[in-house]
Amino acid sequence: MSKLRILVPVKRVLDYQLKPVLNAARTGIETQGFKFSINPFDDIALEEALKLESALPKGTVTTHAVSIGSNLQCRDILRNCLAKGIHDVTWINSGKYDLQPLAIAKILKQFVTQGDYNLVLLGKQAIDDDSGQTGQMLAGLLNWSQLTNASSVTVESDNITVTSETDGIQDQVLRASLPCVVTADLRLNTPRYVPLPKLMKVKRKPIKELSLEKDFSNVDIQSRLNIVSLNEPVVKKSGIVVGSVDELIAKLKESKVI
Amino acid sequence: MLSFVNYIKLCASRRSHLLTKTTFQRYGYSTIKLTSDNYPNLKRNDNFKKITSDDLAYFQSILTPQELIIAKDKDELNLYNTDWTHKYKGQSNIVLKPKSVDKVSLIMNYCSKERIAVVPQGGNTDLVGGSVPVFDELILSLSNLNKIRSFDELTGILKCDAGAILEDVDNYLKDKGYLFPLDLGAKGSCQIGGCVATNAGGQRLLRYGSLHGNVLGLEVVLPDGTILNSMHSLRKDNTGYDLKQLFIGSEGTIGIITGVSILTPTNPKSTNVSFLAVKDFKDIETVFKRAKRDLSEILSAFEFMDMKSMQLTKKHLAETDGSMTFPLENEHPFYILIETSGSNKEHDDAKMEKFLEDVMGDETVIDGTMAQDVTEIEKIWKWREMIPESCQSEGAVYKYDVSLPLSKIYSLVESTNAKLLKEDLLYDPVKNPSGPVIGAVGYGHIGDGNLHLNVAAKEYNKIIEKCLEPFIYEAVSELQGSISAEHGVGLQKKNHLHYSKSPVEIKVMKDIKNHFDPNGVLNPYKYV
Ligand SMILES: Cc1cc2nc3c(=O)[nH]c(=O)nc-3n(C[C@H](O)[C@H](O)[C@H](O)COP(=O)(O)OP(=O)(O)OC[C@H]3O[C@@H](n4cnc5c(N)ncnc54)[C@H](O)[C@@H]3O)c2cc1C
Repeated sequence: MSKLRILVPVKRVLDYQLKPVLNAARTGIETQGFKFSINPFDDIALEEALKLESALPKGTVTTHAVSIGSNLQCRDILRNCLAKGIHDVTWINSGKYDLQPLAIAKILKQFVTQGDYNLVLLGKQAIDDDSGQTGQMLAGLLNWSQLTNASSVTVESDNITVTSETDGIQDQVLRASLPCVVTADLRLNTPRYVPLPKLMKVKRKPIKELSLEKDFSNVDIQSRLNIVSLNEPVVKKSGIVVGSVDELIAKLKESKVI
Repeated sequence: MLSFVNYIKLCASRRSHLLTKTTFQRYGYSTIKLTSDNYPNLKRNDNFKKITSDDLAYFQSILTPQELIIAKDKDELNLYNTDWTHKYKGQSNIVLKPKSVDKVSLIMNYCSKERIAVVPQGGNTDLVGGSVPVFDELILSLSNLNKIRSFDELTGILKCDAGAILEDVDNYLKDKGYLFPLDLGAKGSCQIGGCVATNAGGQRLLRYGSLHGNVLGLEVVLPDGTILNSMHSLRKDNTGYDLKQLFIGSEGTIGIITGVSILTPTNPKSTNVSFLAVKDFKDIETVFKRAKRDLSEILSAFEFMDMKSMQLTKKHLAETDGSMTFPLENEHPFYILIETSGSNKEHDDAKMEKFLEDVMGDETVIDGTMAQDVTEIEKIWKWREMIPESCQSEGAVYKYDVSLPLSKIYSLVESTNAKLLKEDLLYDPVKNPSGPVIGAVGYGHIGDGNLHLNVAAKEYNKIIEKCLEPFIYEAVSELQGSISAEHGVGLQKKNHLHYSKSPVEIKVMKDIKNHFDPNGVLNPYKYV
């Protein structure tokens, strides 16, 4: 069996339990003072990479996490990855650019090709924009197989088998040979906590940094979609409790429903 | 494929985890002995009237069918007659659930005149047997009085009915950027009135102080039906006796609390939680000292748990919630949960980081983790909050809730285990397979000097009780502690009050009880 060289792309997102607040200019969300954390689905992908490493013979798996973003705190997320046991990490500083999934996939394509990875494990979607496209587009650009929405992953020689959760029909069992892209679904595993003693050890470790502008100058990161405007969802009016059937009928007539 | 909405639902199971039905289903109500059988020394007071058809007719005349339950068979009211620990079971046939304060007043007026004994009941999460009848006392449930009356977004003053559920109120406040100054494991069931009646402490006391400071006013129906209204929104009011204080912690013995006015703090924007492990109890003290020094004003909770309490919780959670992985890789003798709350994330993070570097640097703390997101914060709290339920999941739990000088706290757990071992009560798969006690475990609000000593057992029996009592009360008294830090006295500690209160204090309490309730109809047989 060939060596498994896993890349886990991780995104820093607004904590999913917090309510996003639009900024005054309505161009994005407020970020100041809000808790940001690793995209939960990426955390699951990361956990799976760590589990694969411990399940397979020693020395046959390498793991690398990469985060693309402009915020310095991407490095904290990557330090957490190191503390959890990922071998190596890279931060791609995206500077002033706002990147859509296609651009991210293109950047990742270059990173994957240069780094000679043969398995990309990532979340099925990021919970901030909910696009759910990066994994599939990356597989397309690389011309690799893709196994999406995995709720279980097993590796046997050069084959990867996943159970894929689908709407309606029963779970699908998919198999492909390396190299391939696997996207992680919620039920794949429960991520471990960051162990503090290991985090302390990597606290001062410099994080490898690449610059989008310099190191990915050939990648076309042009946005294909324009965001016209951002708006809060319309608040649903709360219901009322009527006292009697007569009142109900009166109200229904009043609002011309009957 | 699992949608994100379901994802949220899966993760946000904060409410449902509390007071799960599992233990009830597993053991059922039939195995619980009646309090009157268990404590033959307690005799029904014959001055109290047995309810007649005339009384029922009166209740029916003032209450709607939704406000009145009359049991047809003896098991119908198990939920109301049995306490949370399954140690006490009364025999009431009637539950009144009035929807207005005026109706509470009419009921009390009638019951006082007719000498009908009444037990006020909130969420029935009381841990000392105070919230359930001993014999056939009528149950007055506040659960239909559950509205928020008003909230002032400038001052943070909240007025609500006594029957509002703590968690609902807390969620309401959170939407407004505020927070209830009290939080405890029973929040999904317990009521604001019940919390005030027991002067509940909980996890936030360290930061926000006790209800004696936060409650601004109360509306109370006195035993004769008089409505005593002091629902102020005044932070300062020095005009004579502060009457509301008497009702805070009175455990339903001198009045029915129907409304609460309380000062609520703003919801901190930034919260951090870390879960740490230390080798011995002394190190907890060191970490606490440093937490006070380095985290100072943002420190909002400091809880400790011993290894055995976490083992019981692990076992219980493995059976009930598969998604709960233990925060640390290995087991350790003691764990600490530290929470900080503040208004500036960068500032709080920097403080926490420095504190952690410090306590881990010299290996006072040997292992730990820090929650990376809100989900992990909630999960770590769940490990602490599920201990009470886990301790009782083997069938029974003897609960002691004591205040002690910090340095002495854990010695009580150790001496209790030693005594259980000596008397051959501790279960051991090889040496003592029929031992009825799983073990004594310790956890609690160490920041307030409050230890929860729980003795997990397979059943309630007199031999275990004799081994533990008065041993534990005497030990606490010797160390000048309190035999009830926050759970109250109720029925459980009725005969042990003298370990913490002088004869003069007890006499004054009885005088006060007599003043408000000369007929003694309110929550009889309990501590006064
Ligand atoms: C899992 C769990 C965790 C807990 N954690 C803590 C904790 O951390 N700190 C702490 O202090 N306590 C704790 N408790 C115990 C605590 O006393 C109760 O949870 C809570 O305060 C009681 O509220 P309740 O509405 O359930 O009241 P009940 O249990 O219904 O009643 C409690 C007492 O107050 C009386 N009463 C209730 N409502 C009224 C009213 N409106 N007017 C007058 N009297 C009334 C009752 O007669 C009874 O004597 C815990 C309990 C559980 C089950």
